[in-house]
Amino acid sequence: MNIALNRFSGALALAASLLAATALAGSAHAQDEGLVVYNAQHESLGREWIAAFTKETGIKVTMRQGSDMQFANQIIQEGDASPADIFLTENSPAMTLVDGAGLFAPIEKETLDQVPDQYRPADGMWTGIAARTTVFAYDKTKLIEDKLPKSMLDLADPAWKGRWGAAPAGADFQAIVAALLQLKGEQSTADWLKALKENATPYKGNSVAMKAVNAGEVEGAIIYHYYWFGDQAKTGENSKNVGLHYFRNQDPGAFVSVSGGGILKSTQHMKEAQAFLKFLTSKPGQAVLKDGDSYEYAIGKDAPSNDKLTPLADLNAPKVEASTLDSKKVVELMTAAGLI
Amino acid sequence: MTISGNRLSKAVAFLFQRVKASALLQDNRLLASGNEAPVAPRAARMVLPRGRMPHASVILLATLVAIFSLVPLGFIGWVTYDVGWETVKALVFRPRVGELLVNTVLLESITIPLSIALAVTLAWLTERTDIPFARLWAWLAIAPLAVPAFVHSYAWVSLVPGMRGLQSGVFISVIAYYPFLYLPVVAALRRLDPAIEDAAASLGLNPWRVFFRAVLPQLRLAICGGSLLIALHLLSEYGLFVMIRFDTFATAIVDQFQSSYNSPASNMLGGVLVACCLFLLGFEVLVRGNERYARVGSGSPRPADRRRLGWFVVPAMLLPVMLTALTLGVPLVTLGRWLYLGGPDIWRIEVGTAFLQTIVLAVVGGVLATIAAAPMAWLSVRAPGRFQRVLEACHYYVGSLPGVVVALALVTITVRLVLPLYQTFATLLVAYVMLFLPRAMVGLRASIAQAPVELERAAMGLGRTPGQAVRQITMRLAAPGAAASVALAALGITNELTATLMLSPNGVDTLATKFWSLTSEIDYVSAAPYAFMMVVLSLPLTLMLYTQSKRTAGQ
Repeated sequence: MNIALNRFSGALALAASLLAATALAGSAHAQDEGLVVYNAQHESLGREWIAAFTKETGIKVTMRQGSDMQFANQIIQEGDASPADIFLTENSPAMTLVDGAGLFAPIEKETLDQVPDQYRPADGMWTGIAARTTVFAYDKTKLIEDKLPKSMLDLADPAWKGRWGAAPAGADFQAIVAALLQLKGEQSTADWLKALKENATPYKGNSVAMKAVNAGEVEGAIIYHYYWFGDQAKTGENSKNVGLHYFRNQDPGAFVSVSGGGILKSTQHMKEAQAFLKFLTSKPGQAVLKDGDSYEYAIGKDAPSNDKLTPLADLNAPKVEASTLDSKKVVELMTAAGLI
Repeated sequence: MTISGNRLSKAVAFLFQRVKASALLQDNRLLASGNEAPVAPRAARMVLPRGRMPHASVILLATLVAIFSLVPLGFIGWVTYDVGWETVKALVFRPRVGELLVNTVLLESITIPLSIALAVTLAWLTERTDIPFARLWAWLAIAPLAVPAFVHSYAWVSLVPGMRGLQSGVFISVIAYYPFLYLPVVAALRRLDPAIEDAAASLGLNPWRVFFRAVLPQLRLAICGGSLLIALHLLSEYGLFVMIRFDTFATAIVDQFQSSYNSPASNMLGGVLVACCLFLLGFEVLVRGNERYARVGSGSPRPADRRRLGWFVVPAMLLPVMLTALTLGVPLVTLGRWLYLGGPDIWRIEVGTAFLQTIVLAVVGGVLATIAAAPMAWLSVRAPGRFQRVLEACHYYVGSLPGVVVALALVTITVRLVLPLYQTFATLLVAYVMLFLPRAMVGLRASIAQAPVELERAAMGLGRTPGQAVRQITMRLAAPGAAASVALAALGITNELTATLMLSPNGVDTLATKFWSLTSEIDYVSAAPYAFMMVVLSLPLTLMLYTQSKRTAGQ
């Protein structure tokens, strides 16, 4: 210790410990400040929601940004010690995983009553907060209506080799695969993933995939709808050649994915956490979806979505039990197919 | 399992022996590769009365740091053991890992030679020819270091949206990383004794042959050192390659992390990545060989003449001009364009918050890394030995690990074993200290070596205790070097992405992580201020690096 405490490094150590103390105090302080949300939703949407909530209730919220499955697994490892009070996702498989580990607290009835049955699990351990639909974003300059795939499964056809893209590492895509798994079973899913590995170009993220379609790199990509609407609302620079094809006909490719919100049983802020989810699913909370720039579907009872979107009811989505989507199996199948 | 575990530990021990040699080089790699500065005080060391120096406590401190450094490697070993050989086999020997390996090998084997050619040509032009504005070109040649690699990538993707795959990866890597070679090569060129070239010329070799037979071999240490540094960066780089859709182990590990947190699959990919790092460290030792190139005898070399370029000056000028356009012009123009398009609206309050948080983390992390490196730096100069060399290798290897591997280990360890440290600044800082230990050793070692041990002994002769002597003499003399160490580590922390993403406390955003989340939403406009601030923060540190390299070269 003699050496470490000499004058010079002593000064350094002093400076360091001062700074570290400030930083640590800062973090401890931040953790006392209200709710901690593990946000796997888009960062911008999360911030909009939190800003609206804090404005209405005065409750402070700290957000940590990540992705669906990362957080779901992380929360399971953290167990009762999880710093999180609330978990928001883009899709439901991650909610199922945490629910399966018994880490969610039941949602208040008033909140559940704000959301129609089909957008939340029957056990009421978490709730839907928004929705998004799968689409085939295609290059309008290359594909016309009758050349589009009738079903998402058609993309496995060798005729589509090298012509389409997807973002397989993302939670969005993994939710679609989970739906496929539930609708068509393990063998069909594994086969489709194998074809995907052969035929498709992998992108990092839906928006990147859409950009690639726009740039003429591939003729189409499996993405969610709102990336297109979001870009159109801004500059349209990344989607001017892109059209959206809705598969409809209860095709796996017409899957509507429910974004979820849940409260960790271990929370020290149960009341505030319940208030948060109640706000998200309430009229003002859902209005953030309608009026903001997220272009996700509002799912609250009588909550209108953005006018520009094709109404949820017209999408003819397949019936999928959101609360039983098997994310673990999906990651296994995708790892086996060499996609991640 | 036990057998392969033993084999592993033997292999690791063997590599450490080798790493030790490369460690020696590594500490001078950035500032002046191949510098033999520590040689002089070595003689003095022998007469040091043993037992009078507080070796034991310093060794203890250095050992503690070394043990900490072994944590990530130990963790991967433990996971490997824990999941069992069958699972390891299934996760490692699969086509995906093969693909990643091919990508990595291609990337390394194309990027490194190109970078060497570029850096050596440029260094020769700026140091040994009468090219106009040589000093300006020298500054501009290292300036790209102030632009984080993933900002280079962002700039290019904005400009040419179709950029992707191996060629683009190689192209941007060369642009972003060649200064790591340029710096040591320039430093080595400056120290060369032109008398050797004269002798070669007098034996009838033409200028080209003189260059290839007399100059280039003497640059070998610098080239090996710089290449290794770039090679390790390529292994750990994440943002650059994601942006242009080129899959490497680092990107695949983050994909796995996002799909399943810290699953065995991501840890096994981490294991393969560590193996790649160790392979590179060993490979570099082999390529470098044991030859030494040193001037013997008294006196000092005269400065080398600058070669007249004549009419060749026109094509010669094209190289630095074009390179500057590619390395600095493109990032600045694209950044400027996004900033202009965004107008004042994009300068939100969060930019300021992220800027402050980045500075605090960078400075605290840099200082801590320097303190952690101090015992080892002192030992390696004043009291080398076999055990000390092993300790030193531990210090160095951890810095060659990708941030994502270190973070993966720390995430799991803190959540399972030391929960109070989970998601705190403390853990994030520990990661920074590990990742940037070698950088901290750089400045410290060089300057401790330059502080004569005789002064310490004189102080003791005048009645100071050994501790006081070190404190009052050596540490003061080493202060400038320590400052350089802090700056170097801080530069690394400013641009660090993956470990920060995975470990940072709730609500903490650095410039790098904010920039990253915005670019992932293709919100290039809002991302621009963060990129700009990162450059602003890195620029003075980069300039300091450059002046330090000149000083080490004795100019």
